[in-house]
Order: sequence, then structure tokens, then C-alpha cells
Amino acid sequence: MASGVDSTVGGLNGVMARAPWRAGSIFLLAILGLSLLGIGIQAASDPTLFAQITLNGLTLAGLYFIVASGFTLIFGLMRVVNMAHGSFYMLGGIIAYLVQERMLNPDPTSFALPEATVTSFVVPLVVSMLSIALLGVVIQQVFLRWNQGQELRQALITIAISIIIADQAVAHFGGIAKEISVPVRKSIELPIVGMFGTMRLVMLLVAILVGVGLLLIISRTRFGMIVRAGVDDRHMVSALGVNIQRVFAAAFFLGALLAGLAGVLGGAVNSVNKSDDGKFLLISLVIVIVGGMGSLTGAAVGAVLLGLIDSYSDVYLPDAVTNYGVLLTFFLLVFVLAVRPYGLFGRAA
Amino acid sequence: MIPARLHWPIGAVVVVVAALLPIVMSDFTVSQILTRSLILGIAAASLIFLASLGGWVSLAQIGLYGVAGFAVGNLAQADGGVKVFAMDMWLAALLAIIVTVVIGLIIGVVASRSEGIYFLMITLAFGVIIRLLFEKATDLSGFGGINQIIQPEVLGSAQLQPERIYWVCLVISVLVYLGVRYFARTPFGLAFQGIRDNAARMKALGYNVTLIRTIAFGIGAFVAALAGVLNVWWNTQISPGTIDIRPVIFLLMIAIIGGLYRIEGAWVGALIYVILDNRLRSIDLVGERVATALGIIFLLIVLLSPGGVMGILESLSSRWRRSDEPDQPAGDGDGTAAAVVAGD
Repeated sequence: MASGVDSTVGGLNGVMARAPWRAGSIFLLAILGLSLLGIGIQAASDPTLFAQITLNGLTLAGLYFIVASGFTLIFGLMRVVNMAHGSFYMLGGIIAYLVQERMLNPDPTSFALPEATVTSFVVPLVVSMLSIALLGVVIQQVFLRWNQGQELRQALITIAISIIIADQAVAHFGGIAKEISVPVRKSIELPIVGMFGTMRLVMLLVAILVGVGLLLIISRTRFGMIVRAGVDDRHMVSALGVNIQRVFAAAFFLGALLAGLAGVLGGAVNSVNKSDDGKFLLISLVIVIVGGMGSLTGAAVGAVLLGLIDSYSDVYLPDAVTNYGVLLTFFLLVFVLAVRPYGLFGRAA
Repeated sequence: MIPARLHWPIGAVVVVVAALLPIVMSDFTVSQILTRSLILGIAAASLIFLASLGGWVSLAQIGLYGVAGFAVGNLAQADGGVKVFAMDMWLAALLAIIVTVVIGLIIGVVASRSEGIYFLMITLAFGVIIRLLFEKATDLSGFGGINQIIQPEVLGSAQLQPERIYWVCLVISVLVYLGVRYFARTPFGLAFQGIRDNAARMKALGYNVTLIRTIAFGIGAFVAALAGVLNVWWNTQISPGTIDIRPVIFLLMIAIIGGLYRIEGAWVGALIYVILDNRLRSIDLVGERVATALGIIFLLIVLLSPGGVMGILESLSSRWRRSDEPDQPAGDGDGTAAAVVAGD
């Protein structure tokens, strides 16, 4: 629609503005084409490696999806950009680690925790998820509830909270990355791919379950029905007698719970790290900007795109430019925003 | 509110007093408090410029500031980064500003189609991407940063003659302030403000909304680049940590303290922030947890006063004046700030 208005009213201005757009599009398409060609050649020369990297990217996408789905759920319903979402992720890992440390009584001279049993993995997981979910609800009720509709103010409030959480995390947890211990073997043998990290597969499985679960909740339950209606018109929903505040609180609970879950899984697969808050806030932002804010399908597509780009660029980029892999994320963002300003599955507010 | 006829004399007095401060202040104060405030003030001015005239809260400004700083470090002679150029400092600074503006225009062209909270998210994403790029690309950022960036000869040494770089920052600050005030009255500046108020109507009037917004974002990038260059001249080093998410948030905090809608608030906010950052440490309760204390202060400001410290001053004086002149409507500044913070 925007370009239509440009071409009819813009006149000379429109022509002038289109030239750089066209050059930019050609440049971005060239990058896209080259990347696909490069991946194709590499895939043909070493199919096993290709399968491994692809699966790696998909498991990464799973983690990204769990984080971003909570972010997009909260945004879609309440228009709250939760800038503390990355902090929730980081805190999820930290709480699980601290609980597990208590349960396992590690040897003080060793840096790593001993292998966990099912109980000593599940209990920290549940404790951490529930604490984060509760924290989310408290933040929503205390700080955000009475600022409804003031999008920027709510974003600023969550930014302030994220600073406090980050600083307190450094104070009480320290700067060293730590790994959450898991009750499964490190890796298992898969057809074609070969040896592959077990927890990574678990993570992908959990992500699929989360995705299917959320879809079912949204499409089949009364809560989901209200959420869908609320995304379209909050005022109408509350005028119809629905207690929208309770729905908001529930959505925040669920969104924060998912961030906590992702934090624990991420801490088990990689590590719990104090700089994760910024990293996963960026990941959530990029995914929902690319996928469209508030769209669950968009979050899944965005997560897969980002996961695969991360994974392929780590391995397939030539040595000279491998450090510049993050530029591909930049190009992805520019490309999607240029073509669809509201994201692939997004709609104008 | 201060009567309009007193604006210029008061401004002139403030600048003269500021220029004379190095005579009475210690070298440490001049360098660590005053110069740092001016540099952060210019960076915050680039944010407030976009917020007040465009209704945009950009979180990419620190990223752009970092691009300029790293560009200077790579182009001029320094320890770390690309070493093949070793350009003259002035040429390096000029090129760094050009590079930053070009990158600002690229970000601007896609970000300018969004508004409100979307704009904030998009610019934050770009800001963090810039930071990640410099963290990973050690060819550009050195291992652990670029150090010993040489200063232009006229400035002498930042340690021995801190007043020189201070004066340069003061002059640039004044120019940025006057430039933004002037810009707001040009036809282009008016069109930009018109777009903030009603983009659809401006489009219907035949203005190229995207082009105007993109160029305005480029101007914001230019101001951020000035601050970035001054920062590496003053600090003589830059590392990826300089443009981490924390500085991004603290720059936003400076702008919020300053009030988001008055350009002079940038320097007021920066001075308050720098003093807090320096003094909080000596409070026993705070100690090492300066960031926590700053976060709580930030939270309180956002919760209690949408207009920041300048907003508090203004609402106090307008309340005081209202009791004098009962017919006077409340200052429109308050309304603008509330609208910006409400994201309307």
C-alpha cells in the first residue's frame, strides 16, 4: 500500500527515492543468491557435515523459538515490549544452576557439577520456570498494569528492570560461565548425521512441543480464544465482560515461564552466562521483527531463519570473513524490513 | 517557564561560565566530569533531536557513536585495529563521520518506515548488531579494543592539557545545540515535525515521508558521530564494551533525565548522570553496585515523571506561574513529553 501511494502522489520524489531502493534490493538479492549457491556447493561436497550443521541450526532455532514465542505472546496481546525478556532467560539459567548446585553438593575444587539424576535436573527446572513466571507476573502487576497503553513507558520500565537484574546477577552469580548438569548421555548416534548432542535434540523436541502446545492453547481453549480476540480489540473484549486483566496476567506468566524454560535448556546445552540477557533480547527482537510482532508462526519462521543463518555462517563462511557472520543477521533484518515493514507474518498495528 | 526574551542572555552566560570552569576546577573534574558530560550530552542530543522533532526513540545512537570511534581508531594511527592507513587525524575523523552517516542512512531507510515502539525495537536490534560485529571482528576492534589513539596535535595530551579537549567539546556542543534549534525552523525541519504529528496528511500534501525521515535519521547519525569522534580523542581508546547494551540504556536514561523533548536537556541529563555515576560509588549502601542504583533511579524517574528532570522543573514553574496568571493554559512542553513517553 505504501509504495502505491508513493507512485501516484510522489512524482519526481518517488522516482528519486526508488533508485537507491532498487540498488539495495539487487545487492541484497545478490547476497541471498550467493549464500544459497555457496551452501549448495558445500552440501554437495560433504553431505554428512551439511546434515550435521543443518540439524545444529534447527536445534538452535528451537531454543530461539522458545524464547521468542514468550516475547511475541506478551507483545501480541498487551503491546508490551518486554525488554527484560533476555534477563528472564538469563535468570532462568542462574536459578536452575543455583538450585542444582545445592542438590548435588559438588566437589568445591571442581568447576563442573557432577552428573545429575532425573530429579536433580527436573526440580531445578521446575523451580526456575515457576520463579521466573512469578517474577514476570509481579513485574506486570506492580509496574506495568497501571501504565497500560503507554507502550514506550512500559518498555522503559522493563529496560530499567533489566539493568537492575543484570547488575545483581553479576554480584551474586559472578562473571564465569557455568554449565547446568543433565541426566542424559552427552551424545547419541543418529543415521546420516553421526554423533549428535543429546540435549540439543531434547531442546528441539521441547521447542516443537511448546510450539504445538501454544497453537493448541491459542486455537482450542477459552483462554486462547480471549487472547485472539484481545489481540484484535482489547477494549471490545473487556466491554464484553471478560476479565482482561486476568488474561494479561496469565499471558505474562506463560511468556516469562517460556523464557525461564529456555534459560535452563540453554544453560544445559551451552552454559549460563552473564552476557546472555543482551544476546537473547537481541535474538527475540530480530525474530519478532522478521516474523512479525505477535505472530506465533512468524516467530517459528524467524527462529528457523536465524538459527540456520547462525549455524551455516559459523562453518561455511570463508575464513577471511567468518568473523563478519553477524552482518548476515543485519542483511536479513534490512531485507525483511525493506520488503515487509511489519515482518513476514505481521500486520500494521 | 523562563520568559523567551531571557533565553539568549541566559544561554550566553551558561556558555561563558562553562568556558571558564577549567580555571577553577581540578584537572580530574574537568576531564572526568565536565568533558565526559559534554560528550555524552552530544550523543544524547542526537537521541533527543530525533525524539523531540521526530517522535522517535532511537536506541541505535550508541552503535553509530561506536562506528565513528572505531572508524577513527582504524583509520588513524593507533594500537590495534587495521594498521595500513595511519591517516592524518583530521582526515580520519572526517572519513569516520562520513562512514557513520552512510551507515546511519542505511539503517534510517528501513527504520524510517516504522513508528513508536517498532522503531525502538528495530533501532535497538541494529545497535546490538553493530556491537556484536565489533566484538567478533577483531580485525576491526583489536583484541580487547583499540588503544593509544593519537589526538590531533593542537589538543596536546588529554592528561596534561585536559582543558583543550574540554573547550573543543564545549564549542561542538554549542554548535550542535544551535544547529538543532536552527534545523527545527527550516522548511525541512518543519516538514519533519509535521510527519511526527501526522504522517498520512504530510504524504497527502506531497511530501516524501520516507526520504525526509531517512535524511533526518542521517542527521542524527552525524551528531552521534561527532560525539563518537570526540570520545576517542578524549579517551584515546575504544572497545566493544564501549557500545555494549548498558551504555545504550544509560544514554537513554540521560535523555529521559533530560526530558526527551528539549535539546538542552541532553547536557543537563548527561551532567546529572556523570555526577551520579561518579558519586554513587562512595555511598556505603551502593558500593560496587552503581548500576543497580542507577537502574532504580531510572525506574523511579520513568514511573514518577514522564518529562524527566526538565519536566519536573517545568511543571513546578508552570504551577507557580499558574497561581499568578489563572488564565494561562499549562505549558505545552509537558503535553509533548507525555505524548512522546506514551508513544502516541
